[in-house]
Amino acid sequence: MNRSIWNTKLLGSLILAIALSACKSTPMVDKPAAVEDKSPQTETVAPAASAADTGASTSSVSDSTVSGNPLTDPNNILSKRSIYFDFDKDTVREEFRPMIEAHAKYLSEHANAKVTLQGNADERGTREYNLSLGQRRAVAVKKSLNLLGAQDSQIETISYGEEKATPGCADEACHQLNRRVDIVYEGE
Amino acid sequence: MKIFFKIFQSVLFFIAALTSTASHAALEIEISGGSAQQIPIAIVPFGQALTGNQEKIGDIIAADLRRSGLFRVLETGGVASRPTEISQVKYAEWAVLQAQAITVGDVTALPGNRLKVTFGLADVLKQTQLVSMEYNIAPGQLRLTAHKIADVIYQKLTGEGPIFASRIAYINKTKGRYALQVADADGVNAQTVVSSKEPIISPAWSPDGSKIAYVSFEKKKPVVFVQSLTTGQRLTLANYKGNNSAPAWSPDGTKLAIVLSHSANSQLYTINADGTGLKSLIRSGAIDTEPTWSPDGKWIYFTSDRGGNPQIYKVSVFGGAAQRVTFQGDHNLTPRFSPDGKFLATVRKDGSRYSIAMQDLTNGQVQILSEGGQDESPSFAPNGRVILYASRVSGRGALAAVSSDGRVKQRLSESGGDIREPSWGPLLD
Repeated sequence: MNRSIWNTKLLGSLILAIALSACKSTPMVDKPAAVEDKSPQTETVAPAASAADTGASTSSVSDSTVSGNPLTDPNNILSKRSIYFDFDKDTVREEFRPMIEAHAKYLSEHANAKVTLQGNADERGTREYNLSLGQRRAVAVKKSLNLLGAQDSQIETISYGEEKATPGCADEACHQLNRRVDIVYEGE
Repeated sequence: MKIFFKIFQSVLFFIAALTSTASHAALEIEISGGSAQQIPIAIVPFGQALTGNQEKIGDIIAADLRRSGLFRVLETGGVASRPTEISQVKYAEWAVLQAQAITVGDVTALPGNRLKVTFGLADVLKQTQLVSMEYNIAPGQLRLTAHKIADVIYQKLTGEGPIFASRIAYINKTKGRYALQVADADGVNAQTVVSSKEPIISPAWSPDGSKIAYVSFEKKKPVVFVQSLTTGQRLTLANYKGNNSAPAWSPDGTKLAIVLSHSANSQLYTINADGTGLKSLIRSGAIDTEPTWSPDGKWIYFTSDRGGNPQIYKVSVFGGAAQRVTFQGDHNLTPRFSPDGKFLATVRKDGSRYSIAMQDLTNGQVQILSEGGQDESPSFAPNGRVILYASRVSGRGALAAVSSDGRVKQRLSESGGDIREPSWGPLLD
């Protein structure tokens, strides 16, 4: 009942390992949404967000050491939201696996929770192409979440391209911080 | 409205204009370079029949012609006579200035708060009138009329199509706020079409100049809007799951090509201008984006990394297989057609530098037109003679323009502003 964070991580790692081995034999095909599908964006605002909050507070009641919402608790890995990428790459680096596992687990346990994966690019290149690059990174994170049990309906991938990038980056360390996917829960 | 004017040299000049519009945007234009064979022209100040706050119509014409780099506007202060029609011109006086051409004109009041603008253009050497025109206008159209007169002079003496009576659109980021603005092609009369604290990108003029399509992030994701410049009404053209971006009008204005991602990579679609009839154009696992229509309406050119790096490809408007168009440079992005369909401007990456390149579509020859750095968003003038683009100076955005032969360069900036994403609109009626 009173699961520790370590157990959660171990379970997540197992799920990841199983999912990854399953992935090798059956690569996941990202189905394009039907053309006629109007975006359901406007239909869902507050209700799903409060549902996510409810789920969060339930676990905190049973565990007095965790205060409030695990999504925002700085001691909880769920409060970590940014995944960084190499130049012109959309490969999710190994160091971000535990964080992605935790979010996938949270989403699979909270069917009403929804996230937007916001892709970003550094400012080199054209604005529209960078929008597409940021999107490709968001899609890479989505595939990882899907493999670990999060549902398509819980995830929207969007991109800010280079629009939120720190302007006038002079070095790689600065550009690096702009090549990023942020996980944002609905209602945040 | 105040216009400050300063001439450094015959080929280097600078104009700053302050407008009285709500946006207080002021684009400064700096020009360098010029044609080896500039046409010396005398522009006699227009008639003084009207006093007060009238725009100095001759100054506007002179600024337009200078900006083209094809004219040398002569100092007329040393000539005593001030003809207002060609019949009054004493050619000998102007031949002394070595003027090849002379323009004269007048502005007079008509009943019903209208103005009559007359102008004439003559060949000083042949001592013959080349053209004379008369415009019956509302007082608010004086500046536009000056641009039209400049176009008549420019067409008559260079053989090129009109360019000055047009507008440009761009995004101005000031104090953390993004504004889609429209200004006259000389940077004056900037007006805000829409503003937001979230980014706005990719403005695209409808072929008739009455609407602008753009991408706004105001809903915390990219959504394509089409806004009327006359009524201000706007339509959400595309707000599907994922990203909605890169709008491009068909030449007849009935459709747009757009880019949607849904839950995967950016892909090309077409949609009617009223938001109905969405259709997939071509599918790939790669990034396909930045569509643009060929002027004959038969092809859509676009950026794709299907070959590993972003290059330009084309596909029939009916779909089918894509064909690669660009082969030089590490990357090519943002294809844009010259109005005659013969040239393709792109953003070309060589090493770490992005510059504006122009490819001759008949023989495949490529010319690099800008010095490079972070140049992007090329856009042809209505006559194809100039390409407007975005550049960055010490981290801030400024617009720049280059003649299609690479000889004349302009820089347009706003003090304190960050200007990007230019798009040159069609000629005004």
